[in-house]
Amino acid sequence: MIIKGRVWRFGSDINTDAIIPARYLNTSDPEELARHVMEDADRGFPDKVKAGDIIVAEKNFGCGSSREHAPVAIKAAGIQAVIAKSFARIFYRNAFNIGLPIFESTEASKKIREGDEVEVDADTGTIKNLTKGEQYTANPIPPFMQELISAGGLVEWTKKKLKI
Amino acid sequence: MGMTITEKILAAHAGKKGVSPGDLIMAKVDIALGNDITAPLSIEEFKKIGAKKVFNKDRVVLVPDHFTPNKDIKSAQQSRMLRDFAKEYRITNYFELGRMGIEHALLPEEGLVLPGDVIIGADSHTCTYGALGAFSTGVGSTDLAAAMITGEIWFKVPETMKFIFYGKLKKWVTGKDLILYTIGKIGVDGALYKAMEFTGEIIDNLPIDGRFTMANMAIEAGAKNGIINPDDITLEYVEDRAKRKFKTYKSDKDASYSEVFEFNSGDIEPQVAFPHLPSNTKPISKAGNVKIDQVVIGSCTNGRISDLREAASVLKGKKVHKDVRLIVIPATQGIYKMAIDEGLVDIFISAEAVVSTPTCGPCLGGHMGVLSEGERAVSTTNRNFVGRMGHPKSEVYLSNPAVAAASAVLGRICSPEEMK
Repeated sequence: MIIKGRVWRFGSDINTDAIIPARYLNTSDPEELARHVMEDADRGFPDKVKAGDIIVAEKNFGCGSSREHAPVAIKAAGIQAVIAKSFARIFYRNAFNIGLPIFESTEASKKIREGDEVEVDADTGTIKNLTKGEQYTANPIPPFMQELISAGGLVEWTKKKLKI
Repeated sequence: MGMTITEKILAAHAGKKGVSPGDLIMAKVDIALGNDITAPLSIEEFKKIGAKKVFNKDRVVLVPDHFTPNKDIKSAQQSRMLRDFAKEYRITNYFELGRMGIEHALLPEEGLVLPGDVIIGADSHTCTYGALGAFSTGVGSTDLAAAMITGEIWFKVPETMKFIFYGKLKKWVTGKDLILYTIGKIGVDGALYKAMEFTGEIIDNLPIDGRFTMANMAIEAGAKNGIINPDDITLEYVEDRAKRKFKTYKSDKDASYSEVFEFNSGDIEPQVAFPHLPSNTKPISKAGNVKIDQVVIGSCTNGRISDLREAASVLKGKKVHKDVRLIVIPATQGIYKMAIDEGLVDIFISAEAVVSTPTCGPCLGGHMGVLSEGERAVSTTNRNFVGRMGHPKSEVYLSNPAVAAASAVLGRICSPEEMK
């Protein structure tokens, strides 16, 4: 799978309260959550973001609460992928479980700038910066996560396992 | 080579003799937990998977505690999803208002989580139960949905970091200060993906409530779990509460650790985490003159009876500062009743504090004390991110209950020592 899009940049320790503030957690409707995505990190973000965009952040993206509403809001806002130096562990699991592509790459996190056009080959983990003409490599996706991706997320994986 | 307590519990639940950090395992789950924010998503996923029943109706626990008593119509709908699901699938451990509490105070109190268990919860502070010598960790809603059906979950066995606390605790220093100090030292991703094992003479003598507070905030350093080897203090707490048999595990002397930290507790003052990260800690003597608008004493971190006793010891015979609102929230109905019986509630109300029914409410800016633009709060909760307790331009300072109580009286962040 090839993912191509324009980049929005965020810093370190972007927590789930910034991704989707708890004041909106009285619903789990993806469209409603998407209307407030990243609001407390960047007030105007829900209006600026376009379907197909990509988020690039620094370390520990998605730290804080376990709310799956965070990757759900990002995905429902049309963001195709998140690239970061590192991810908090519950966010990391949640992203794979719900099928939001995420990539760990120190180099990409450091060199990609806001507005850059980026192309990610999800199978090989190759990240091309089309604006700068650079190429980076994401850390390999652990084997179990690959199994989840090919099943189409944890729901489908569990169905297959239970033969439902 | 020996194993750590975390490795032993995971090996036992994966049906293996031994595991090493990095191993991918399927582990049997003793308890799977959800709340009114996270379980509605799990229930939707549960239905998508098409399951007919939960793996064990006694081992799924549902607690509506975040936006309850229902703060608005949407929240009421979410709570109702839990209630309806609990009825439909005959969930034994659904805790209705009046019998409930903040989940991470309630489950240990009810004897539902025990030493040696593997516990998952769709709430990041599920790591609290590590205080009992269990492997306990937070997951998302879809993970919870799958585990509610299969009774299993996959894990990567974490490396363990060991934290040794020695020396003599200063006055007013609690489990909260030890964990804030630790997070201040290693950062909010200092233990990312790892187990944090708390040991040493200070931990050996730390009462169970302080241990819960420490394990509770392991997630604030990015950890997978926080854990304390069970001992007599653990067993004394668990024995009369346990509703089933349990097995205790302890780390071997030759277990291997990715890192070992030794902290002289005599150097540790009460800590305050300044906005906007729990790692942004300062000793109380360096807090400076920070005027405040609100104080919250409660939450899964510090809403237990000993927390309320500490706060009451500071507030007795005093009044809350005229410019400050003090909100006290006992974490469970049981704790609430004890606080009444011991006269603590009388002390709070005489001091002109508000005492609320158990709820997570203000900790995550939900209800029962949301901050307006520019307001500052001292809180015994666990997170001080931007907008955590309300307006994105409000500020949260994390502290222990005695510091919070003293600050409520003087109207600025201060040590209880300044009250004399």
